[in-house]
Amino acid sequence: MSINKKNTSPIRAYIKNAMIRPDLGAIVGVILVFLFFFLVAHDTGMFSLEGSMNWGIVSSQFIIIAVGACLLMIAGEFDLSVGSMIGFAGIVIAVTSIVWGWPVWLSILTAFAVAMSIGALIGYITVKTNLPSFIVSLAFLYILRGLTIFIAIASTKKTIIGGVTEVAQNDWLAPIFGGKIFSGLFEWLAEQGWIQTFVAGTKAGQPVVSGIPALMVWALGLIIFGHFVLTKTRFGNWIYASGGDAQAARHIGVPVNKVKILMFVFTAFCATVFATTQVIEFGSASADRGILKEFEAIISVVIGGALLTGGYGSVIGAALGAIIFGVVQQGLFFIGVESSLFRVFLGVLLLLAVILNTHVRKLITGAK
Amino acid sequence: MSTSPLMELTDIHKSFGNVNALRGVSISINRGECHCLLGDNGAGKSTLIKIMSGVHQPTAGQVNINGKPTVMQGPREAIDSGIATVYQDLALIPLMSVSRNFWLGRELTKKIGPIAVMDFDKCNSILMSEMEKIGIQLRDPSQSIGTLSGGERQTVAIARAVFFGAEILILDEPTSALGVYQTANVLKTVEKVREKGVAVVFISHNVSHALAVGDKFTVLSRGETLGTALAGEINYEELQFMMSGNKELSALKNSK
Repeated sequence: MSINKKNTSPIRAYIKNAMIRPDLGAIVGVILVFLFFFLVAHDTGMFSLEGSMNWGIVSSQFIIIAVGACLLMIAGEFDLSVGSMIGFAGIVIAVTSIVWGWPVWLSILTAFAVAMSIGALIGYITVKTNLPSFIVSLAFLYILRGLTIFIAIASTKKTIIGGVTEVAQNDWLAPIFGGKIFSGLFEWLAEQGWIQTFVAGTKAGQPVVSGIPALMVWALGLIIFGHFVLTKTRFGNWIYASGGDAQAARHIGVPVNKVKILMFVFTAFCATVFATTQVIEFGSASADRGILKEFEAIISVVIGGALLTGGYGSVIGAALGAIIFGVVQQGLFFIGVESSLFRVFLGVLLLLAVILNTHVRKLITGAK
Repeated sequence: MSTSPLMELTDIHKSFGNVNALRGVSISINRGECHCLLGDNGAGKSTLIKIMSGVHQPTAGQVNINGKPTVMQGPREAIDSGIATVYQDLALIPLMSVSRNFWLGRELTKKIGPIAVMDFDKCNSILMSEMEKIGIQLRDPSQSIGTLSGGERQTVAIARAVFFGAEILILDEPTSALGVYQTANVLKTVEKVREKGVAVVFISHNVSHALAVGDKFTVLSRGETLGTALAGEINYEELQFMMSGNKELSALKNSK
């Protein structure tokens, strides 16, 4: 009863099937973006090892928060407090380790515990009040940012708390967020003369790129984890169902509230990973860190093909969206385009992505 | 009746504040029987099925399941007692694949090392054979529910309930949003399910759909049962007349 529609040639059917892959738009987007910058920026060093590290790190930053936002959006909710959470978690680490003198590992674990509890609270309020998570998390955007600045000022009379690098020196946990891996490999590559080395200064002879930053490893790990949970486990099935139609999912026995709250916790976890890598990298926490990150995460997810209304999307797509974000932002810098134009580009891209996604939704749900 | 009914509701009352939605409803559901529950909008049909599916608890009256007095605290308990409800438009999730929908909440898993993952091969092959049995040709288990017609969606939802061991299948207006051809398909599915020995409670306000599959007809009006008639004892006009709320025909109560 389902097939035998007129005018459905195999090619059209194939295109239609390809169209309802959530990440197709992002795949095409990534190819186009790389093609464009390869043509116009290949001689700027953008695609050298060092240049690639530059946009690779920026993309990884977007990926870390996009993975959390992606799973949450598929579960049917938003979290606008991500940016404030980044600032808040950073200040928690700095205040506990610098002002209170806790060991850095304990500070980091505390930041995770506090942030994830707040994530759970946002989720709990959302499912219990049935209010849109847009509003609940918007409230926390302000609450957390305000608390962050207040705590920083009250404890140090400054909004930037430095000195973390010194106290984190011999910590066992800090390198997991701020270290580099494969340093030996990069040194060896430098010795062979296969990668660039510094020619002068105190670092002369050392490779310019001395290893893969932990940030990138986290980004990759979160993509794999998120994609695996979403597509391969029964919990992933519940994530889709909770966002697709919460009421229908409840009728069949899916613990929708639990799923949604857990996704808020995971989003807070991702925000804290981001915050911790920043604090360890810069050696300081700043109360204004993370501003607008929630929107950048949501934009990456939407470019990645997820529906704003939930129930549909892809972690791989969100990661590709984040890469588009990172490559274009840094690429425009490489080719010397005024950076304000990046925002224009972003707005246009967001609009196109949403229009495409809405069309895809019609294809899947069969709405004519 | 030789054996005790699968489910028996006696003198059920349900009020929400000052509103008396049900004022003494009695109905019994037997194995392999399609029991049609007819009534106009607001007659109390939805309240009754919500009591049968554990969503609401009756204010007064008794629910017996397999002869034992039972109080169901929630939908989960009803499902565990073999009562499955297919809601009109809340049955399936359109954005998800047929396979993911079918197994939702009861996903088959296998272990890869210490991690349990969904066993898609097994899920899909069981799904395909179940769909074939019920007469739906799926191109692909991963096609979304949204690509199926309304009738097919109802059929998938019914097949799912029966596959997972429903003994009592409550269908809430399964044909109300469907065209003629699709309605016929859903009614055929109901027929097949009943032949398996499942008790079907068919809620409708469409008398001709009910007459096509029903063994028994209970008419509900303003929160009361007007009577239960067997197939063959009652015709279209009489049922239609009762549904429209004519109390004089409550004499049919005695024809049980």
